[in-house]
Amino acid sequence: MSGQRGHELQLEAITQRFHDFVAVRDINLRIGAGELVALLGPSGCGKSTLLRIISGFMRQTEGRVLFDGEPVDHLSPSRRGVGIVFQNYALFPHLSIRQNIAYGLEVQGVAKAKRDARVDEMLALVHMSEFAGRFPRQLSGGQQQRVALARCLAVDPKILLLDEPFGALDKNLRLDMQIEVKRLQREYGITTVLVTHDQEEALSMADRVAVMSRGRVEQIASPTDIYDRPATLFVNQFVGSTNVLDGTVSTADADGSPVVALAGGRRIRVASDAPLTAGSAVRVSIRPEHLHLHAEAPGADALPGAVQTALPLGALVVYDLALEGGAALKVSVPRQRGEALLPAGAQVWAAPQPSAGYRAFPA
Amino acid sequence: MAAPRAPLTLPLTALFAAGFVAPLCVLLMLSLAAGDDGSAGLTLAQYARFLGDRFNLSVLGSTLLLGAEATLVCLLFGFPVAWVCARAGARWQSVLIFLVVLPILTSVVVRTFSWIVILGRQGLLNQILLGLGLIDAPLKLLYSEAGVVLVLAQVQMPLMVLPILTVLSRLDPNLADASRALGAGEWRTLWRVTLPLVMPGIIAGCILSFAASITAFVTQTLIGGARLLYLPLFIYQQAVGANDWPFAAAVSVVFMIAVLLVVVLLNGFGRRYEKHV
Repeated sequence: MSGQRGHELQLEAITQRFHDFVAVRDINLRIGAGELVALLGPSGCGKSTLLRIISGFMRQTEGRVLFDGEPVDHLSPSRRGVGIVFQNYALFPHLSIRQNIAYGLEVQGVAKAKRDARVDEMLALVHMSEFAGRFPRQLSGGQQQRVALARCLAVDPKILLLDEPFGALDKNLRLDMQIEVKRLQREYGITTVLVTHDQEEALSMADRVAVMSRGRVEQIASPTDIYDRPATLFVNQFVGSTNVLDGTVSTADADGSPVVALAGGRRIRVASDAPLTAGSAVRVSIRPEHLHLHAEAPGADALPGAVQTALPLGALVVYDLALEGGAALKVSVPRQRGEALLPAGAQVWAAPQPSAGYRAFPA
Repeated sequence: MAAPRAPLTLPLTALFAAGFVAPLCVLLMLSLAAGDDGSAGLTLAQYARFLGDRFNLSVLGSTLLLGAEATLVCLLFGFPVAWVCARAGARWQSVLIFLVVLPILTSVVVRTFSWIVILGRQGLLNQILLGLGLIDAPLKLLYSEAGVVLVLAQVQMPLMVLPILTVLSRLDPNLADASRALGAGEWRTLWRVTLPLVMPGIIAGCILSFAASITAFVTQTLIGGARLLYLPLFIYQQAVGANDWPFAAAVSVVFMIAVLLVVVLLNGFGRRYEKHV
């Protein structure tokens, strides 16, 4: 079957305007055959608009959509060969599960015998064979999603689009379905675009994550790179949690790495992808889990503070520190069994772990 | 839940009993009365008289047929209107709904005379058709069944459009998108997904416009003229003209039962779809 090898999806300088509002701005994206890419961003970032452009329900103002290097902009959604799994599944309520899965094959004129065989195959694939005669309203959310996926894959689409597919499921079921969808996606080698605002979903499912904000792709990289080396402060704040401190770039220290003077006057060494000019304002970011607490000053780059609150979260404790100058700093540390929490008011030093460090972004 | 609120429905129940159930009982008793004075015992003679006469039955038949035709025309024009309405933006939607509802906001007599002006031999429609050279001689639209059907369809349009629009606008737009993404074109999607799901609204609209069309005394009489006889006028003639109240009552009861049968039939058809929505 043709879906086995996967198709390449390419977005070329896609811009979408609604009157004078720009929903999507100059997006260039190349998604390899069989790859799963997540479009991650808050609502209104343009990810759903992009999905409608790829599927053909919306015609972009500028730019081209290409499948395997061939432009598909002239093709209507019914001829484009894109499968969509909607957030609410959108199963046809008046058709049985079997009829739902057969629908696409039927409208494409597949002969009955072949159609029946294919439907049986799809039902088995998503473990729904025994529910073939039921109607959508008789199924649970997870079961409906399996059917939606089977209905989609039955017609062997070139590209699979998943629109917030796990949003309506409760947490335990969500994890099961994510594993299941990932298995099916691997098995079929189908090029997939996952649209979501849930960072965990994006990080756990995708080969690459494209973080979007205000119609632009801020960064596209592997889940670990997105987390470890965020390209912008937005990505840093949207994916995972982080501390942001204001500071000013001062001259570089002896070994050449840039130094930032924080609001309280303390100087720390930072890393930055963008060149930093002395005297300019920057925002310095470090994740709570990349900090350690020490009783005594451990050396350079440590920040003294007083414990305000301790939040025990089972395996972790999050301390809220007040730094000199008034800024707040969250530090997340592992907690041993029986270990007492630091009392409020305790004076401690927070310092980055050896593998991590402060990252500075132009303000 | 229902019990504590039951007293609130009492005024309506009383009004319903006094204004609907009681007259209906009187009507039924009257239709079964033996003599013209309505005194001596009960008899089915009036029913036998109506059902035994071919002419009477043909009036019943043509009335039901008129209702079916008007309903069909209503549906053919009303569904597209509802469909456009459901897809229009908020502002256009309110303009369209206002236009659709306009007929029931005007007096039935004014509305009917406007149609007479439009449909007459020298009327607007004939003038236009003649002017365009589409016909050589004026069409007989007024005092014809086609004219009555046309006017009834226009008048009852809101009864068809509003129920369909209600169901259409509740329909999940993703369903049509899903159908299209699976390879079905617009028409196929309409036929296989939208229409079956909107069926309860269509049935409701058909029942309403059918019931309203066959009982539209003024429209039927003024547009149809004296030569076209439908049951409402027939009943009026028997009661007021011939002063034969028992017969008029019996015809009314037969008419009501015939209408109820049609409604039950349509309802049964609609129930097959209802469970999915």
